[in-house]
Amino acid sequence: MEYFLTEQQKLIKSIARRIAEERIIPVRAELDEKEQFPWEIIKDIANADLFRIFIPEQYEGMGEGSFALCLAVEELSRACAGVALTYAADALGTIPILLYASEAQKQRYLTAIASGTRLTAFGLTESGAGSDAGAIKTTAKRDGDSYILNGTKQFITNGGEAEIYTVIALTDPTKGARGASAFIVEKETPGFTFGKKEKKMGIRCSATRELVFHNCRIPKENLLGKEGLGFIVTMKTLDSSRPGVGALAVGLAQGALEAAVAYAKQRVQFGHPVSAIQAVQHMLANMAMELEAARALVYATAKTIDSGAKDFTEEGAMAKVFATDMAMKVTTDAVQVFGGVGYMRDYPVEKMMRDAKINQIYEGTNQVLRNVIALELLRRKGLRD
Amino acid sequence: MNIIVCIKQVPGTTEIKIDPKTNTLVREGVKSIVNPFDTYALEEGVRLKERYGGKVIVITMGPPQADEALRETISLGADEAILLSDRAFAGSDTWATSYVLSKAIARIANYDIIICGRQTLDGDTGQVGPELSEMLRIPFVSYVSKVEEIKDKHIRVQRMIEEGHEVIETTLPAVITVVKEINVPRLPSLRGSMKAKTAKIPVWTAADIGAEPDKAGIPGSPTRVVKIFFPKREHKSEMLQGTLEEQVAKLVERLEKII
Repeated sequence: MEYFLTEQQKLIKSIARRIAEERIIPVRAELDEKEQFPWEIIKDIANADLFRIFIPEQYEGMGEGSFALCLAVEELSRACAGVALTYAADALGTIPILLYASEAQKQRYLTAIASGTRLTAFGLTESGAGSDAGAIKTTAKRDGDSYILNGTKQFITNGGEAEIYTVIALTDPTKGARGASAFIVEKETPGFTFGKKEKKMGIRCSATRELVFHNCRIPKENLLGKEGLGFIVTMKTLDSSRPGVGALAVGLAQGALEAAVAYAKQRVQFGHPVSAIQAVQHMLANMAMELEAARALVYATAKTIDSGAKDFTEEGAMAKVFATDMAMKVTTDAVQVFGGVGYMRDYPVEKMMRDAKINQIYEGTNQVLRNVIALELLRRKGLRD
Repeated sequence: MNIIVCIKQVPGTTEIKIDPKTNTLVREGVKSIVNPFDTYALEEGVRLKERYGGKVIVITMGPPQADEALRETISLGADEAILLSDRAFAGSDTWATSYVLSKAIARIANYDIIICGRQTLDGDTGQVGPELSEMLRIPFVSYVSKVEEIKDKHIRVQRMIEEGHEVIETTLPAVITVVKEINVPRLPSLRGSMKAKTAKIPVWTAADIGAEPDKAGIPGSPTRVVKIFFPKREHKSEMLQGTLEEQVAKLVERLEKII
């Protein structure tokens, strides 16, 4: 497929590929086994300027957009979805700042984010508020020139490792979702600690942790946008970030497909490689077809965002759902092509299958996102412009 | 601090094939790369720049296509690169190469340290670093595995020896050659790669650096390659017969003969 990449986009892809091949693949099994946060690789990614991709040039970024970010995420994920998620979650934490921060806030944070010296994270989910994001309980009470945060965020990617957090909290609990606001909270702020570190099925090198706020006082300048905008910040952020999850799924499936094809060509049964068996060939063909379709949808969505489109909720949801369902299927089939050894930790495909599952769950479950797609579809009466 | 790093573009393989008819290197289908040992020299240069400020200038002597290798060094953090290229340089051995490099370095004039890889992948001699220091009349330390400190025009380094390391201090400017244990070279960066695409890489000729014609290239090279041949590979085996004791006795007898 020809996607007409610019010279800079080709360069981004090749640099991310080199990091994947030389720095990630040799250690991915160990990082998974030890549930070890990939700091060394994050430093390589930072040195390679990949954290600059989506930051505007005036803040030391490369001024690229969603599409270039997707290319980088895809290449990293082809090697390890856990590393790719760590990188993508940094983008997720940064999007609210890009979309809603004041000039002073941008000056303060974006240069450091671009250099990769300070990772970011996005804090929305709570134990009682997953798909029902409006049910959050964390509060931010205005007190003079400060806000005081209280509450616990759950399952926060990059939690504990990131230094800059965008956190959604209620400034007016009586108004529910419309009483939510978004804040920037820095690590080491008194009253802000980290709770349970989750032990996960997949993406085990990525950090998933609770953020605990106990009378955490932050300056009022850390409010993003204005009071009551929190839910809109959340929705717009997730609309923008979902193609990134799609790209992560595409990269993951690409890695699984490559592994399955290579193995099928060398595994001999009944006197010939199993790749000569039509049943196996059809599995591989389906994997490749669905992967290419997902990639095209993800790229098209990212390019739509980069074109300056105002509303891409439906496209973002479609790209995320289609690509992540595809990745679950392709990684599962990759294990099937490998047979018994595919189930063992000696080969990378069982990890890929474990890594795939979460993508159908986070950043909007694929069920909730189907509701979103249906709502938009019904609103436009199924018509296309 | 001005740091000069000397590199060489070499065939990118450790399994160099020799054409048995012509006895020359088979270069077809072999991609050229920056000599791997030189990538550690470059990385150390860039790290010293990050630590102490200044700039990294990379030089190489080679044919016009060595421009590609120099661009790669810019993507890896070098600030400037200079290609030394002239028909008169062709066929230089290590002595003539060191002469050409020393003339170019003399033209750069303002430098504090010169870093080379310990040896090249193709030539494997490890001679250019020491020869260069001799021609420039400045101190030399080989097999450097760590730069401990640079202070007051002095450098203190660890030099790898067979069992451990020595700590050596010398004045600057100096030439050091580095081993692969010194660092893990970074991968190319996005900004560096963009810069590498458009960087102007000057080409200096023999006239530019004032190299005397009889000291460079083949006339300046005392080394003569008399003959290159492919060693014959022979596999011989012999099974020793008899009881275990007899076999051992025969084996001991054979070994004694060899020693």
